[in-house]
This record gives sequence, C-alpha cells and structure tokens, in this order.
Amino acid sequence: MLGNFDFDVIRRALPYLFYEGMTFTLTLTGLAAFGGLVFGTALALMRLSGLKLLGRIAGVYVDFMRSLPLVLVIFWFYFLVPYIGQWLTGASRPISVGAFASSLITFIMFEAAYFSEIMRAGIQSISRGQPAAASALGLTYAQTMRYVVLPQAFRNMLPVLITQTIVLFQDTSLVYVLSITDFLGAASKVAQRDGRLVEMYLFAAVVYFTISCIASFGVRRLQARIAIIR
Amino acid sequence: MIEISHVDKWYSPSFQVLTDCTTSVAKGEVVVVCGPSGSGKSTLIKCVNALEPFQKGDISIDGIKVNDPKTDLPKLRSRVGMVFQHFELFPHLKIIDNLCLAQEKVLGRSHDKAVTKGMQLLDRVGLKEQAQKFPAQLSGGQQQRVAIARALAMDPIAMLFDEPTSALDPEMISEVLDVMVDLAHEGMTMMVVTHEMGFARKVANRVIFMDRGEIVEDAPKDDFFGKPRSDRAQKFLSKILSH
Repeated sequence: MLGNFDFDVIRRALPYLFYEGMTFTLTLTGLAAFGGLVFGTALALMRLSGLKLLGRIAGVYVDFMRSLPLVLVIFWFYFLVPYIGQWLTGASRPISVGAFASSLITFIMFEAAYFSEIMRAGIQSISRGQPAAASALGLTYAQTMRYVVLPQAFRNMLPVLITQTIVLFQDTSLVYVLSITDFLGAASKVAQRDGRLVEMYLFAAVVYFTISCIASFGVRRLQARIAIIR
Repeated sequence: MIEISHVDKWYSPSFQVLTDCTTSVAKGEVVVVCGPSGSGKSTLIKCVNALEPFQKGDISIDGIKVNDPKTDLPKLRSRVGMVFQHFELFPHLKIIDNLCLAQEKVLGRSHDKAVTKGMQLLDRVGLKEQAQKFPAQLSGGQQQRVAIARALAMDPIAMLFDEPTSALDPEMISEVLDVMVDLAHEGMTMMVVTHEMGFARKVANRVIFMDRGEIVEDAPKDDFFGKPRSDRAQKFLSKILSH
C-alpha cells in the first residue's frame, strides 16, 4: 500500500513548506510568546497590585479570554480589528490590518491570559521576605519587581512557560481560518494542489511532533538544572 | 535617632498586636528588644522602617516621620539597614551582586565603586573569597554575614536586626554575633530583636522587654539583668537564662 505513496512530493515542497510555512509559524510563535509574556506579566502585576479595580479588570479579562475557543477569537478579531481601528482613529473607513498583524495581536492577547496565570503563580511562589528585603534596601516597588521578584518568578516558571509556548506553537496552526500560509497551511495547499493529502498531512504531523518532542525534552533537562540551582 | 511614640497596631478591633508602644534609640545606642514569641517585637521593629503599617502613633527616624504619607519611604529606608531572620539574600544574584544592586539602583553609585565598597565589606565580615558564589552555596551563618554587609554597603545611619540568629545552627550563631558586636563597638546605632542575652549583656545600652504587644520594661542593661521590675520580665528571664 505504501507503494502508492509519492514521498517525492514532500521533497519537492520542502523549500516552500519551510521557507514560507515554518518561518511564519516560528515567527508567530516567537513574537506571540514574547508579547504574551510581557502583557501577561503586566496582567499578573495588576491582579497582585492590591488595587481592587485594577485587579478586577485583569481578572475579568483573563476569565473572558479563557472561556472562549481560540478559533473563535482569531476569527472574530480578524473581522473586528479594522472596525475598532476605524473607531479609534476616527477614520472614514475600516482600517486594513494584514492577516499577520491581526493573528499576532490575537495570539498575544489570548496567550497573555494564560501567561498571566503562570506569572502570577511564579510571583506568589517568591517568599514575602524577598520584596521586604528589597524595600528595606530602599528599592522602589517597580525596582523590587524588576530586579528581585520578576527574575526569580520567571526563572521558577521557565519550564511551565516553555511548555505553554509549545502548546502555542501547535495552536498557531489555527490561523488556517484566515487562509494564512503557516506550516500546516502550506502543507495543506500542496496537498490539495497535488492531490497528496495523506503524505502531506502525515509529514506535517511528523514535523510538529518532532519539534514539540525536542522542546519538551529540553524542558525536562531545564527542570533538572533549575532544581539543582535552587 | 529613632523615636517611637504611642504606636498602636491592629489587624481588626479584636486583634491588637501593638499597644501604646513608646521608646527611643539615641544615636550610637544599642537597644535590645526581647520577649516571648508573639509579643510583637518583630512587628515593632518592622514598623520602624514602615515594612509594616500601623494605625496610631508616630515613628520618626532622624527627624523624618515614617508614617507621613509625604515621606519618601524608599529614600528613608535606604538610610536604615535591616537584617532579617531568614537572611533574604537574593538567590538569583551572586554574593557581590547582592551587595551592589541597591548601591547602584538606589544610591546611583557606579558599578566599579559599588564593587569596591562591596568587596571591602565582604572582607570585613570575612567572606571575600565567596564573592562570586551564589547565596545557596553558603552556610546560614555566612549568608547572614553577607546580609549584614549588604545593609552596611548603603552606609546606614542605623541598623535594625530582626532575630538575626534565630534561624541559625548553634555553631554559626557566634560568627554572626561577633560581626554585630564589632559594629556596636564602632558606635553604630542599633535596634536588635534577639533572644541572645549574652549579646545584650555584652553590648546593649538598654533592654526593652515586650509582652502581648506592650512594652513592659524599658531599662538600662544593668537594671534589667539586675532586678527586672515586672513579674513577666522576671519569669521570661528565668526561663531563658535557666540553662
């Protein structure tokens, strides 16, 4: 049965799959993880700030994002952003936002909800004596966070943050609803064009599996190293 | 130097932790605060640099009111060193960087200057060789000495010690106390919460005894150890000095 398979179609499509598809997937994953971490950390700080209103806003945001399917958010956002942009800038017609920008903003906002919960746990894992010692030395709240609390929280949570990024890496394939050529999108296009669905989807699965697996292995190594340092 | 007057602190009306505490620490004076656990001595010392808020009364350091909302607290705290029971070194930073962080970020010293000062103080507490290590690689006693050096790096006008030896193994207590005794002999203004009565005998000018959130006794060292006036202080002393 395997004899009917044409694996050469994969070889021929490799440049397209990786230069276009994988580049997009990795760029989106990287930027979304970074943006999500920054925004998520801000949300976590809001929730832990002790200011009721600020904490409430962040809490509602996180709960809202976490109770919606990602595909729906991607989809909605793509159609809504032009109108929000129009409303914000007062332009006469909807602002055109590229599919990449739209999906990036969506992923940052969506991932921020998850990263904020991770960072919140990380910040809470730091004993209260640490910020006390930092303030006692005269560091301001912002300096205490920047130099003492967040570096430790980030380090403690690094394995979880990377694991979440692996999930994000797989989730980026959902941009297919916007007809974007990410890795899976590229594979799918070749598959349709050449009528080689099984080969292409099999190959895509192998690639996702391999990358995620290597990353997970890296996380386990990292966890062991962090355990020694502490 | 440190003026504490009529300080009250409560978590709820039925949970009073400090009641009408009044005392002072003069420049160059060493004051030891002792008392049974839960008596509010740690809370009181944390109120001094506003790590703990309080509801009534006033505390001022060098004439600056701690509880005035207009006071620049970070600046005031940078002038008062504090040493904690659990050391609280920053575990992600090397020893020398623990000493440099606040010097650079708060006092605005250059990195070179901060390192020079830091090494000088590490040398003083006998830990120059450990500068490039991380806190977790040091023993408890060494960590606490680093913590003292870290506080001294800020050139404080007074030092607060919150049970600095309570978390240490017995054989490490003296290396920390030695550093503190030297500091006292140099004329540093010190407020020390501790159970180390030997230390109090050696360098304290005054001893404050606290119980249930109140300052029960505030007496010169010799009076305190000679004949404490209150029953509670007598009982406490007999318990911790009996063996």
